[in-house]
Amino acid sequence: MALEASLDIHPSVAAAPWRSPTAESPAVKWTLIGVALAFLGFFLVLPLVAVFVEAFRSGVGVYFEALVEPDAVAAIRLTLLVAAIAVPCNLVFGLAAAWAIAKFEFKGKNLLITLIDLPFSVSPVISGLVYVLLFGSQGFLGPWLARHGIEIVFAVPGIVLATIFVTFPFVARELIPLMQEQGSGDEEAAISLGASGWKTFWLVTLPNVRWALLYGVLLCNARAMGEYGAVSVVSGHIRGLTNTMPLHVEILYNEYSFSAAFAVASLLALLALVTLSIKSFLEWRHADGLKAVRGH
Amino acid sequence: MQISVRGLRKEFDRYPALHDVSLDIRSGELIALLGPSGSGKTTLLRLIAGLEFPTSGSIFFGSEDASRKSVQDRNVGFVFQHYALFKHMTVADNIGFGLKVRDRRTRPSAQEIRRRASDLLDLVQLPGLDNRYPSQLSGGQRQRVALARALAIEPQVLLLDEPFGALDAKVRKELRRWLRELHDRTGHTTVFVTHDQEEALELSDRVVVMSQGRIEQVGTPDEIYDRPATPFVFSFIGDSNELPVTIQDGSILLHERPLEIAGNAAPKGILSKGAPDGAGRLFLRPHDLDVVDAGEGAIAGVVSGVRRTAGARMLEVEVAGRDRLEIELPADDQRSFVGHVGLRPRKWQVFPA
Repeated sequence: MALEASLDIHPSVAAAPWRSPTAESPAVKWTLIGVALAFLGFFLVLPLVAVFVEAFRSGVGVYFEALVEPDAVAAIRLTLLVAAIAVPCNLVFGLAAAWAIAKFEFKGKNLLITLIDLPFSVSPVISGLVYVLLFGSQGFLGPWLARHGIEIVFAVPGIVLATIFVTFPFVARELIPLMQEQGSGDEEAAISLGASGWKTFWLVTLPNVRWALLYGVLLCNARAMGEYGAVSVVSGHIRGLTNTMPLHVEILYNEYSFSAAFAVASLLALLALVTLSIKSFLEWRHADGLKAVRGH
Repeated sequence: MQISVRGLRKEFDRYPALHDVSLDIRSGELIALLGPSGSGKTTLLRLIAGLEFPTSGSIFFGSEDASRKSVQDRNVGFVFQHYALFKHMTVADNIGFGLKVRDRRTRPSAQEIRRRASDLLDLVQLPGLDNRYPSQLSGGQRQRVALARALAIEPQVLLLDEPFGALDAKVRKELRRWLRELHDRTGHTTVFVTHDQEEALELSDRVVVMSQGRIEQVGTPDEIYDRPATPFVFSFIGDSNELPVTIQDGSILLHERPLEIAGNAAPKGILSKGAPDGAGRLFLRPHDLDVVDAGEGAIAGVVSGVRRTAGARMLEVEVAGRDRLEIELPADDQRSFVGHVGLRPRKWQVFPA
């Protein structure tokens, strides 16, 4: 009898489907996924689609006309020039800072780590304003610069400076956790085998961080080309001279040239998409080399 | 290459990791630096390598003062606990690294480097793995590649930092024997750091026992185990029992009772063997104690437990209701022990407290 009783219990136990203790019910699961997708669709996908729809609204001809128009070409050229200067600068700075933080012990290290994040926490408008206050004609160094005929604010150098400031955390932030995790074991091995500091850097340190470095450079480049706030303050919006692509988009938009504005904007959006896909490819292909930074 | 360490001192942020250590390492010797973590053994090894600089003191390679030489100029082969192989290079490129980074005048041709790497892979018994990447190798194989890489620069001295620490027990034993054979064949002066006493005793010609930044004893494995120079060495190496005692006129008192055999049996109990009068520490190895009937031993106690271990039986005896002694008996010892027993030590050592 006892045996039968125990058999009776069995089916009811089997009927409850097995579920991992950390899993939620299907209802919760689909609600969460649904909310995330709806949010993403409304705030990201829809605007992105809108950019391209608006850009091509008046036809392909108008679209390309807006891109070859001299002011647009000047803006594209300036944007590329600024990125071409800012990104290498931050590559070198980022490497140097990450190296210093990961491999050495020194006073004020935590302060340096905090300072590197400063551009993320400060409003870009303030970043731009700082340079105006420093280098502008009423500014701290302005009179001296004016006497020597050096133009920084409302000129290309100011735009470059503001862009460097805004984008300098990207490379360093990608490298610091990775280099800290790797420690200096490989470098010690290299120097014990007779390698000089320079050779150790090129043959061991740099290859160890190459994918994270590339990843940081990509993010840095995307931001450098897309920066609006800080650049807007120092640029002076001189058409054909100090207008970058984001500034050009705004000017066109304010002049009701919607199609042209969206055409230039679509170029920026395209750049973002390309950056994202290279980034995803890197993450997929070189997961090991990026392990330490995957949390970002 | 003979190595002499003279009055070596190292401080990290004012905290001394090594106190004025002196040590002579003979040419061709295989020597172990043994100690618990924080004993300064790795610091000493890294100082010899030049990966750290001493606060004071000097290191001689042969008759040459190497203290102020850079790592690169010391020509030492260093093997790291976690291998530190270059992940992005093949096994052959890892081994050839030390030759490839030489300047143009002394660098062998690319072909020659490949051939040397291949020969070294044969030496460490990993032939044909030239084109693998470190991630494709097991832990034991990686450590052998690391050793081959260190040997490639034809070092004067081979330094190994816990070389088997990251490997599992079986591989560790294999590699230990293999390293001994390799050393006998190549004859490098070799210093290795370990916290595993079995490894140190089995593998090395001489053992340097360290504690809290000081050298406690230097000696052959026999000397270290049979004639420990300090209480630390006695309790760190092998199993040991310790009793707090008092020494008086050549005899030892435990809780005011002399440790002597009642009656007039030939060995008159435990003598102090020249230790000064006053408080002392008596050390006994579990396998140096015989269990006899109560009243016939030098130490009287009550059996509090018996445990079976792999190859022996461990008897636990409470002495004077306070201290516990462990006695190792052969597993096939069929006697049963209950209640009061006597203990008769065959060997012991007394240190002033």
